Amino acid sequence: MRIYALHLAVVAALFAVQFALPAYHYGNVTRIMLYAVFAIGYNILFGYTGLLSLGHALFFAAGAYGAGLTAHWWSFGPVAALGAGVGAALLVSLVTGLIVYRTTGVAFLIVTLMLAQAAFLSTLYFNTVTLGDQGIVLSLPPVELFGAALHLADPAVKYNASLVAFAVALLLSLWLLRSPFGRVLIAIRENEARTRLLGYNTALYRFAALVISGTLSGLAGALYCLLFGYVGSSFASLQYSTLPLLWTLLGGTGVTLGPPLGTAITHYLIDISSGLTSSYMIIVGVALVAITLWFPEGLAGWFRRWRRVRS
Amino acid sequence: MLELRKITGAYGPVKAVDEVSLSVAAGEILGLMGRNGAGKTTLLKTIMGLVPKRTGSLLLEGEELIGLPAHAIPRRGIAYVPQGRRLFSELTVAENLRMGLLVKDAPQAEAERVLDLFPILRERLSQAAGTLSGGEQQMVAVARALCAQPKVLLLDEPSEGLIPAVTHRILDTVAALRERGVAILLVEQQVKSALRICDRIALIENGTIQHEAPARDLAADPVPLERYIGVHR
Repeated sequence: MRIYALHLAVVAALFAVQFALPAYHYGNVTRIMLYAVFAIGYNILFGYTGLLSLGHALFFAAGAYGAGLTAHWWSFGPVAALGAGVGAALLVSLVTGLIVYRTTGVAFLIVTLMLAQAAFLSTLYFNTVTLGDQGIVLSLPPVELFGAALHLADPAVKYNASLVAFAVALLLSLWLLRSPFGRVLIAIRENEARTRLLGYNTALYRFAALVISGTLSGLAGALYCLLFGYVGSSFASLQYSTLPLLWTLLGGTGVTLGPPLGTAITHYLIDISSGLTSSYMIIVGVALVAITLWFPEGLAGWFRRWRRVRS
Repeated sequence: MLELRKITGAYGPVKAVDEVSLSVAAGEILGLMGRNGAGKTTLLKTIMGLVPKRTGSLLLEGEELIGLPAHAIPRRGIAYVPQGRRLFSELTVAENLRMGLLVKDAPQAEAERVLDLFPILRERLSQAAGTLSGGEQQMVAVARALCAQPKVLLLDEPSEGLIPAVTHRILDTVAALRERGVAILLVEQQVKSALRICDRIALIENGTIQHEAPARDLAADPVPLERYIGVHR
């Protein structure tokens, strides 16, 4: 129960801190929480199951385009568009899961990369629908909740909607990790052949992990699109496939709080260094190499090991 | 209980197991012995569906298992404890046992029954399996396999790398499984240990069974052991 209390404390702290944050950091934390949902989704596949994907932009973009296109072309309201975005990500995850059903290791990495690149090029090719690189700027009606009209452009609405998504993703991820299903995923990560020998249909578990991971990533994409009112082909680019990998590695794979921590550090590292120089990616790169060298298990992973050794 | 009829297992054109016919009954321990590379481990892997090309017939209580995917075989009631323990080192002992229970939705009481066989593991339940001693890891490996309530247990060199006292304790526990009606196929390199606990012993060379006899007969006349294993007991 202590571990659930810790996670709930993190959520409570994020709720409380909104009343003290300056406007600039308010927006930053909002983005970090949304990206953290993406990272948490990625961690289910990479951190728990041990499958390295280089194509998670596919799911993020599926969610973003599912929400953005339905809102733009069919005038879906924010809630319906969110449902469409998550539904699109679920569908894309299911199809991708079937395509990569038997693949692991390098083959999995290559197939996911290729599928994401195909999706990226599709967003450019079908530019009459997606508006390509330029993207779609959304103008959405407010959401009616308990008689109140919530405007998505309102920073407080953005913050709290992101917080709800973050809390759901974090607690779901923790519950999943500690469930029998999660234990099997960890067993697969440790040794898939050994797990199969115990009688588990490991391909089916991998498939389920990918669908959950992809759908959570799609939720992040759909919310990002709706809360910031934009979707463009950059959401499907390679950068959005490498970022969650970076966040997860930095924060700690297989640790529920690791990816959100990695997301926050990376976000602020880029934010601060880009204010110092236009070559900020060099600073970011050096800092990340240093952290990877000294904390190969990620920061949260290092902290967990330090506590174990201490106890 | 478990019957192998002309089982062949091959990696491409290479037959690692060639037309092996064996049977092991409920409550019986069949020892499988042979030199390194004779095909002992490959035979166990062939039974478990881990060798790509399998032919012949593999019957568990009359049900044909050839053609089933590897993950379906443990669910039918065959548990395999591979060489070198192969635990999930990051999971605790309790979680390793749970992995065994979940395969067949066995009740927690089954884990308690299994822990009665290895009482020392009760003190280690919350410890990461990778931090246990070799002997304790072997106990967890056997216990995890038993949690799935197997009808047949395949053990690949459970004494490997263990001190004699621990080997003795583990093999005594294995021998006690007879009373539970478990059929056991045991690959063992230590001749004395095998002769002590096995009912019958099959000697394998170049992937084929060369000799099969009751353990007491081999104890009385060790010539086949010298011929196919190259050691005197």
